[in-house]
Amino acid sequence: MEAQSRPKRTAESFLLAAVLWLIPLGIVALGAQRWFPALASEHGADIDLMMRYLLVTVGALLLAGHLALGFFIWRFAGQDRVSLRMASAKAERRWSLIPVVVMTLVAEGGVLALGLPVWGKLAGAAPADAVAVEVTAEQFAWNVRYPGPDGKFGRTDAQLLSLSNPLGLDRQDTAARDDVHLLNEVFVPVGRPVRVRLRSKDTLHSFFLPFQRIKQDVVPGMTIEIWFVPNKVGTYEIACAELCGFGHYQMRGLLQVLPSDEFEQWLREQPTFF
Amino acid sequence: MAATHAAEAIHEPSGFIRRYIFSTDHKIIGIQYLLTGMAVAVVAGLMAMLMRLQLAWPAVPRPWLEKLLPEAMAGGVMKPEFYLSLVTMHGTLMVFFVVSLALLGGFGNFLIPLQIGARDMAFPFLNMLSYWTVIPATLIMLASFFVEGGAAAAGWTSYPPLSALKEAIPGSGMGQTLWLVGMALFIASFTMGGLNYFVTIVNQRTKGMTMRRLPLTIWSLLFATILGLLAFPPLTAAAVMLLMDRHGGTSFFLPAGLFFGNKLLPHAGGTPLLWQHLFWFLGHPEVYVLILPALGIAFDVLAPFTRKPPFGYRMTLYSLIAIGFLSMVVWGHHMFVSGMSPYLGEFFSVGTMLITIPSAIIGLNLMASLWGARLRFTTAMLFAIGLISLFGTGGFGGIFLGNATADIQLHDTYFVVGHFHYMIGGVTLFGIFAGTYYWFPKMFGRMLNEKLGKAHFWLTFLAFYGVFLGMHFTGLGGQPRRYYSFVNFEYLQPFANWNVFITLCAFVLGATQLLLFANVVWSLLQGPRASSNPWEATTLEWTTPSPAPHGNWGAQAPQVHRWAYDYSVPGAPTDYTLQTVPERQVPVTI
Repeated sequence: MEAQSRPKRTAESFLLAAVLWLIPLGIVALGAQRWFPALASEHGADIDLMMRYLLVTVGALLLAGHLALGFFIWRFAGQDRVSLRMASAKAERRWSLIPVVVMTLVAEGGVLALGLPVWGKLAGAAPADAVAVEVTAEQFAWNVRYPGPDGKFGRTDAQLLSLSNPLGLDRQDTAARDDVHLLNEVFVPVGRPVRVRLRSKDTLHSFFLPFQRIKQDVVPGMTIEIWFVPNKVGTYEIACAELCGFGHYQMRGLLQVLPSDEFEQWLREQPTFF
Repeated sequence: MAATHAAEAIHEPSGFIRRYIFSTDHKIIGIQYLLTGMAVAVVAGLMAMLMRLQLAWPAVPRPWLEKLLPEAMAGGVMKPEFYLSLVTMHGTLMVFFVVSLALLGGFGNFLIPLQIGARDMAFPFLNMLSYWTVIPATLIMLASFFVEGGAAAAGWTSYPPLSALKEAIPGSGMGQTLWLVGMALFIASFTMGGLNYFVTIVNQRTKGMTMRRLPLTIWSLLFATILGLLAFPPLTAAAVMLLMDRHGGTSFFLPAGLFFGNKLLPHAGGTPLLWQHLFWFLGHPEVYVLILPALGIAFDVLAPFTRKPPFGYRMTLYSLIAIGFLSMVVWGHHMFVSGMSPYLGEFFSVGTMLITIPSAIIGLNLMASLWGARLRFTTAMLFAIGLISLFGTGGFGGIFLGNATADIQLHDTYFVVGHFHYMIGGVTLFGIFAGTYYWFPKMFGRMLNEKLGKAHFWLTFLAFYGVFLGMHFTGLGGQPRRYYSFVNFEYLQPFANWNVFITLCAFVLGATQLLLFANVVWSLLQGPRASSNPWEATTLEWTTPSPAPHGNWGAQAPQVHRWAYDYSVPGAPTDYTLQTVPERQVPVTI
């Protein structure tokens, strides 16, 4: 019996251990590639930091877990008797401390230290000097409105909605007279906070700026405000990220980030809605 | 006592219909559930294949598909509405009518009485009623493809207003009504089954079967059942409310100012967020309802093939309880960017991260169960080990999504799709497969073919990683889910090749399942006959013949003397000691 106790591993167990080792290596190699759209907003750096923290820590845990699993299989394959039947209740409790500590640090710690401060900042009020834009989503387009020189959005009323007045803008309201309306294109100045008022006319939508790390559902019946600071000039895509109907996949808009003076000039040249 | 039991055992119905169709025998009902789940899986799986075909090669006309589906594929090109119906029904069917049916209905019914030493469920008739309620529910769901406007198309989450108004999408006509009716029936069925499981586990355990001696499968089913019973009713209420909004002129979920096709709708006063809260109050516990039994099965499959007790039985139990409790209070992590208060986002973020702790303990215990083991690589064992890998990879993805800040970028992208397929697609499927290879002998009295089984495992495991790992990365790149095609967006073009690769892997994954069907059919006819305990396991179901007779036990119900995992007890004549072996023959070790 003793002479036979040398482990006799089958090809199958080698294969299984090897695959379990290769999987996390492949994941880590892939995870190290650049996947995110090129960053183009201020707070986005913090979100990317959160994400990189997760990629590194969680990647390491994934690697450690799979290497251990593969090792266990390699180590004990072919063993012809059980070498450790049961750990003591105390040992089991003690081993459980590892996941408790690791998860508290990595998962909960990550949220508390890196995540929630960014979340809180974004959820807070926009800086006072922010440029105001309103985006009203509908199947399958983005209505974009600027308040005009008076800085006030004119009154809208659902009763006034029609194909020619897609926002239901009230002509009687003086604040409405200088409002500017565009479709599917949002112009913003670079380096200044932008405050976006989000509304929907029909179903849920989601205002997704992949390059700016912004995503906010647009909910009919609610006016939701978000803000961000675009920090790179250029043209960026806006996607809808909440299922809104058969045209969901083609609900594309463009975010045009202009130098500040060009933006001011562009805004002055826009015709008003009425 | 024994006399009455014996009398019960004789009561085997003789007619084919009472025996195999309208049966009250928990084993037959379990097998019925399992087979129904697998049949629906074929349909829902084919839907996934159609979706992947479209996503890899959008707008390539396929005339052969037009012959098959003349309306949905007019000109051989899929309509966007049909794609969304596929998305919706694939999700609904897989979550509720495949995994719930197979894991809870199938293994739950089959195993509970057998593993606790009962002759049947506490309420056999209710059990039959539960199965025969889910059948019309399934048929109603499937029938919705053939009504005007097609099947429901607002996603398996059915968010209003899209799901409430037929003006919003064609599938929100009759198709969505059938979806709601089907769901309500499903929940009714689940409630009957769940009450039955609960009462059976609590009341019908045989002599000596204390709670601490239960196998982990039973524990996990018990917690899953409690979760389901607590979480499902709000969705029933929500479904009724949505039906009222759709047909009764109410506005639970519909605010004022909805404007469709140049027409202002008369609704006012509701909010779509209410539905989201109600849905996810069900939806989040539901994923644990599905995953807990798979984890329990993994422990019970690992034990006989490691020839040792699982590591950390007690800690696993406490973790299951903690997961069960926490899962009821973290639903809001599906709603970080929904427009709900950002303060709630913080609460749900912190709460969700707490779940990683008991989950990681369970993962560690599964792994540590291999330490010091005498490993036997059967197909069931391979699937259980694969399950550990998927639970790890999928679980780690969850740490990204439970984090509100990271979720801003990842929400509603393919990262989410990849993640939940690992958890409620992969872990559950591997649990079902592990359970099928393990208990098939007890169900049918024949062994499954191990060579075919292993081929099935390897192809499934590798193809699964191929499909759903890639989705995580396209998700990091911001590829939104529920898109009919990605051609309209420049920033998604780099992922076109990934989508082809994912589709090819999906085809392999789908085709591989034919091996299981071939195996089942061949083994039922030709497979070697199974002994009562082919795996040399310890739990009660292995003390009765394979297949187990009506009434499960002979004249005498078994008496339990030890916990479920007395493997390799020092000094015992064999390396497994059945739960029925008295203390005086083999010492009790826990």
